[in-house]
Amino acid sequence: MSSSGTLFDRALGEGRPALVGYLPAGYPNVAGGIDAIKVMIDAGVDLVEVGLPYSDPVMDGPVIQRATETALAQGVRTKDVLATVEAVAGRVPVVVMTYWNPVDRYGVDAFARDLAAAGGAGLITPDLIPDEADEWLAASDDHKLDRIFLVSPSSTDERIAMTVAHCRGFVYATAVMGVTGARDNVSDLAPALVARVQATGSAVPVGVGLGVRDGQQAATVGAYADGVIVGSALVQAVGDDPSLATLRNLVTDLAGGVRRAC
Amino acid sequence: MEADAKGHFGVFGGRYVPEALIAALDELDAHFRKAMGDPEFTGEFQRMLRDYAGTPSMLYDATRLSAEAGARILLKREDLNHTGAHKVRNVLGQALLTKRMGKGRVIAETGAGQHGVASATAAAYLDLECVVYMGEVDTERQALNVARMKMLGATVIPVKHGSRTLKDAINEALRDWVTNVDNTHYLLGTAAGPHPFPTMVRDFVSGIGFEAREQCREKTGALPDAVAACIGGGSNAIGLFHAFVPDDSVRIYGFEAGGDGFDTGRHASSITAGQTGVLHGARTYLLQDEDGQTIESHSISAGLDYPAVGPEHAYLNDIGRVTYEPVTDAEAMDAFALLCRTEGIIPAIESAHALAGALRIVPALRADLVREPTIIVNLSGRGDKDMHTAGAYFGLFEKGSTV
Repeated sequence: MSSSGTLFDRALGEGRPALVGYLPAGYPNVAGGIDAIKVMIDAGVDLVEVGLPYSDPVMDGPVIQRATETALAQGVRTKDVLATVEAVAGRVPVVVMTYWNPVDRYGVDAFARDLAAAGGAGLITPDLIPDEADEWLAASDDHKLDRIFLVSPSSTDERIAMTVAHCRGFVYATAVMGVTGARDNVSDLAPALVARVQATGSAVPVGVGLGVRDGQQAATVGAYADGVIVGSALVQAVGDDPSLATLRNLVTDLAGGVRRAC
Repeated sequence: MEADAKGHFGVFGGRYVPEALIAALDELDAHFRKAMGDPEFTGEFQRMLRDYAGTPSMLYDATRLSAEAGARILLKREDLNHTGAHKVRNVLGQALLTKRMGKGRVIAETGAGQHGVASATAAAYLDLECVVYMGEVDTERQALNVARMKMLGATVIPVKHGSRTLKDAINEALRDWVTNVDNTHYLLGTAAGPHPFPTMVRDFVSGIGFEAREQCREKTGALPDAVAACIGGGSNAIGLFHAFVPDDSVRIYGFEAGGDGFDTGRHASSITAGQTGVLHGARTYLLQDEDGQTIESHSISAGLDYPAVGPEHAYLNDIGRVTYEPVTDAEAMDAFALLCRTEGIIPAIESAHALAGALRIVPALRADLVREPTIIVNLSGRGDKDMHTAGAYFGLFEKGSTV
């Protein structure tokens, strides 16, 4: 069930940037993870990223590492991730964010087929670059899924153009050089990176991730990006408060932030 | 074998890393290629290898061992290099390249501490800042190597996530690299990881095989019938094999860590296990569960205790040029004791795997050749670091023990 146009259509239609929320499946357990994502949708995210917990998460900082370790220790499986997608899909687009080996192991085409059947809209692939992605390019076409690759402040203009040309849904701009984690100051590298993506002339919208933790920062990032991606701060909120009230309040604050940004 | 332009050996290798690292890998690849064509760089590298590291290492005719083995065993004495293993070749090459790239900081991962000590050594020698990531479990098991690294001026950071061992140290080093790539080189310790590491590390350690090939011809008047090395990530092995791959008459054997025995599931034999995937930046063979989650490896040898293998080995296996087989802890320790008693050489337990494997192939090789075979075994490191493990294994620390 690929989104038509872009994954940010709802927000962009309202003339504001989209709020993208990440939570790993299976954290604190499978049912609890589904509940947390539903709270996030109720409180105003425009797009959900469901994380697939992996044993060797090289792009993730301590908060997400600990959460995905907990999920794996609880025995979360790839099929639970697909079940989570199925349980939360329908109200807003849902994509899966995953390191590549679990998809490779499942079978790229089979994973694409089952993700589409579960109502998922696409994949964010932090350790798969388009250069290595032939199988996924074909499978995402066959099953009408979006594919979100990453660009970085260190990417050359040539690589940004090449990567954006392979993206569908949106392109994920990693705003800082580093791993995931909430930061006091969002990166000053981000506006320049977004401008370089836009300079390619592509119509694919740009989401900015890594570091955002509150509505004020969301408003700041939303002023120049098409989407504001929040991860670690949400994961932390789930870990700190099992009642999910903290999560609900944080998402409400972030949703207010993207509505102030223009 | 040479990789394609994007670092693929057949379907293996490549780059499965965050985009944030691609520019650094491209820069590294460009500097590496240029440096290897520059006599100033290669001349300085050779001078360091000779004057500082003590290479070429000798090819030693192990006559008493040979009598026991029923084959002429020639030991490539990498254990006599400075820091006690083949790894010094790789760290000197990469540290010199780091200087050339104008970077002032190196990071490294280490399991048992050998690559950490070698990296700290090269960093001290070439005046680079050095940070070593080491699983917390390993820092406790290898306190002496932690002290060595600190004496050499390195900072050792215990990694407290995941299984708290080598693979998690690699993850943490990759995270550091993504964050600090502007001024930092990741001094990867084996011929694995994203392109160009498998090619670069191989080329820096390939003196092992080129030296051995010439030394063998001088000593015996011919090429060896077989060469053998142990395989963890596979750097000592690819360093030995590279020169012999084009020699069709030379059989090549890689011995993986069989741990408690391949059938027990407690091993580090990723090629024998036969499942491919991507880990730490490359497509290769790895130990994984049904969902592609990495499975922890097991071996008495810390240096072989890694759940994947360098991509060129994966390719050499698939094209049938190299035979890979597991060697159990028990087989390795028997060979360890045999070399101690017959030659007065205490090998690294890693290298004892190569020796055990070589002893195993002798009968078939003799039958096939109908004469005594000549086998080069890479004695990749010395065993001082392993005396605690060996002492416990053989019961030397028990009161009244006589072995």
